Amino acid sequence: MKLKITYNIAQTHLLTKKKQTLVAMLGVTFGIAMFIVMISFMQGVNQFLEDSALDASPHVRMYKQITSDRPSLIETLNPNGFNVIHHQKPKQELAKIKSGMIIARHIEQQPEVLGVSPQVSTQVFFNTGAVPIPGTLAGVDVVREEKLYRLSQRMKSGTIEDLRSNANGVILGRLLARKLNLKTGDKVNVTSSTGGTALLRVVGVFSFGIQTVDDARGYVNTAKVQELIQKDANYITDLHIKMKDPLKAIEFGKELSRQYNYKVEDWATANQAILAGEQIRGVMTFVISFTLLVVAGFGIYNIMNMNVMNKIKDIAILKATGFDGRDIVAIFMIQSAIIGLLGAVLGVVIGFSLSYLLSITPFTAGDFLAIDTFPVMFNPMHYGLGVLFGVVTTLLAGYFPSRKAARIDPVEILRG
Amino acid sequence: MENRNLDKSGSEPPTILKASHVNKFFLEPVKFQVLKDISFAVKKGEFLSIVGKSGCGKSTLLYILSTMDTAYEGTLEMNGRSLTGLSQNELAAFRNEHMGFVFQFHFLLPEFTALQNVMLPGLKLGKYSAKQVEERAYEKLRMVDMHEHALKPSMKLSGGQQQRVAIARALINDPTIVMGDEPTGNLDKTNSDMVFDIFRDISHNNGQTIITVTHDQDFAAGGDRIIEMSDGHIISHGYENQV
Repeated sequence: MKLKITYNIAQTHLLTKKKQTLVAMLGVTFGIAMFIVMISFMQGVNQFLEDSALDASPHVRMYKQITSDRPSLIETLNPNGFNVIHHQKPKQELAKIKSGMIIARHIEQQPEVLGVSPQVSTQVFFNTGAVPIPGTLAGVDVVREEKLYRLSQRMKSGTIEDLRSNANGVILGRLLARKLNLKTGDKVNVTSSTGGTALLRVVGVFSFGIQTVDDARGYVNTAKVQELIQKDANYITDLHIKMKDPLKAIEFGKELSRQYNYKVEDWATANQAILAGEQIRGVMTFVISFTLLVVAGFGIYNIMNMNVMNKIKDIAILKATGFDGRDIVAIFMIQSAIIGLLGAVLGVVIGFSLSYLLSITPFTAGDFLAIDTFPVMFNPMHYGLGVLFGVVTTLLAGYFPSRKAARIDPVEILRG
Repeated sequence: MENRNLDKSGSEPPTILKASHVNKFFLEPVKFQVLKDISFAVKKGEFLSIVGKSGCGKSTLLYILSTMDTAYEGTLEMNGRSLTGLSQNELAAFRNEHMGFVFQFHFLLPEFTALQNVMLPGLKLGKYSAKQVEERAYEKLRMVDMHEHALKPSMKLSGGQQQRVAIARALINDPTIVMGDEPTGNLDKTNSDMVFDIFRDISHNNGQTIITVTHDQDFAAGGDRIIEMSDGHIISHGYENQV
C-alpha cells in the first residue's frame, strides 16, 4: 500500500473542508486542555496539602498513650474465667516516656533518621483576661526543633535565639497571639492542668500557615514546662522524628513500635483526612477527564461518519480504479490521526497556558492555609498522557467509520 | 469485405476475455434471475457494444465483467487468468493494472484538479515515478483535448469536459480492457462523437479492447461487434454482421 498517495488524498480531504476539520479538532483540544488544567490543579493542591502537613508535623511521633484499653488485672489473673468489669479507669500513671533522652539519642543514630526532637508538652490556660484561654505549651530544645521544622523560617517576629537566651520566653502562634492580644515583649501568665503557674514573656510569634497549629501552640524551653508540671529534667512526653525520606516513615514507625512499648504514630495516620481527600480528588479528576475525552470521541465519530457518507461516491470510484479496502481505511484513519494529533497538541498548549494563568492568580485561604496563588503542578508526564489519550480516542473514533467505508460496495453506488 | 477483426500482423488476435455459464440472481425484493447462462468471448482489440432493452441485464453483466461484482455463478477469465474466486483486494489490484472504467456519470473527485484525478490510479499502480505519471497524465489529457484545463479543479469543468477527463483517467495505466457503462449517456452529439473517436482510435491503434453498454445506436453501430441481450439471455453474438 503506497502510503504517500493515501496520505495525499487524506490531506486534500482535510484541507478542502477546513471548517469541519477545525470543529473536529476543537473537541479533542477542549477535552485535553481541561484535562491538563484539572490534573495540574488537583495534583498541585494534593502536593501542597501534603507538603504543608509534612512540614509542620513529625514523620513519626512516639508518645505514651494513656488509655483504658489495657487488659485488666482480672483478665491477666483469670484468663479462662468469665469476667465482667465495669467502668475501667485509666491507671494512675505518668505520661512520661521512660529514659526518653536515651531513646532519643538511640533513634537519632539510625541512618535513615534526619533528626529527633524530644518534647514535653502540657495543656495550659493563658490568663489574660476574665476568661482563660486554653492552649498547648510545647517544651522543646530549640536547636533540635530548628533542625526538624526550620522554625526560624516560620518566625513572624522575634528569633529562636531569643527563646534560647530567655528561660521564661515563649513563642506564640500567630493566631493564638492575636486571640490573646499579645505582642512580642508582652508578659502572660499561664496555669497548667496540674495547677502550676508561670509568668512568661512573649519573645516571638511564629506561623506555620496551619490553623490548628498557629491557633493553639506556644513554644517554650523544655525546662520551663518541666517546672510548670513539677517534673524532673528527664521528663519527656513525646519524641518527634523526621526521616530523610518521608516515604520510609510508615515502616520505620512500625519498627519502633515493635522495639519500644510506646505508641508510635506516623504522619499518614495523623493526616488521614488529607490523604483521603487526595484519593477522592484523584478519582474525581480521572472520572471527569475520562468523560470529557469520551464525549470528544463521540464528536469525532460523528464527524468521521458524516465524512464517509459525504464521500461515498468518491470511495466507490477509488475502489473502481483499483484502490483496495486497506487504502480506504488508511485514508480515513490518517484523517483521524491528523485531527487527533493536531487537536491534542493544541489542547496541551492551551492547557499549559491556562494552568500558568491559574498559577499566578492570587488565592487567599484566609488564616487556614499559607498560600498566595493557586497551587499548580507542571508535570511533563501529564502532558504526554494528554496527547496519548487524545490520539488514541481519535483513532478509535475514526476506526469504525473507516471500516464501514472500506466495505462499501462500489457497484451499488456507481449504478445509482 | 475485409475482416476487421484481424490485428496488424494479419493473424487472429487472442481471446482477452471469456465468460462461461454466468448466472446471476437478485434476491431483493424476490428471487429473480437476471442473467441466464451467459457465455461469450471477446478478442483483443475488439470494440464491442452490448445493447438491449432496459432491464435485460446488460449493465449487471458489465459489472460482473468489471470484477466489482463477485456474486455470480459461472467463471470469468481474463488474459487466460481465472478471476472467479479471487479476493476483493486481489481484484482491486487487477483492476488497477488492467482495466479502465467510464461511467455515465464522470465520478471525478471534486477536491482534486483534472490532472490529479487522472494521475491517481497511476500513482496507485506505482509502475512509474510520480513525475512520469504526471507526464503520462498530460499525454492522456492531450488525447482527449483537455490538456489546457489540466490544473483546473474538476468541479469547475463542464459536463462534457468532465467526461473526457474521466476517459483520460480510465486510460492512465494503458489498460488492456476499457469498460463503459453508457459513456455517452449524458453527452450531446459533439461530445459523444468525440468519445467514440477516442475509443475507435485506441482499439484500432493501441490494441486496447473496448466493451461498452449503450443505448446509443450510432455509437454501437460504429464499433466492431454488437451483442444483443434480452431478458437475461444473449440473443445475438453479433458475428452475423461480419464476414
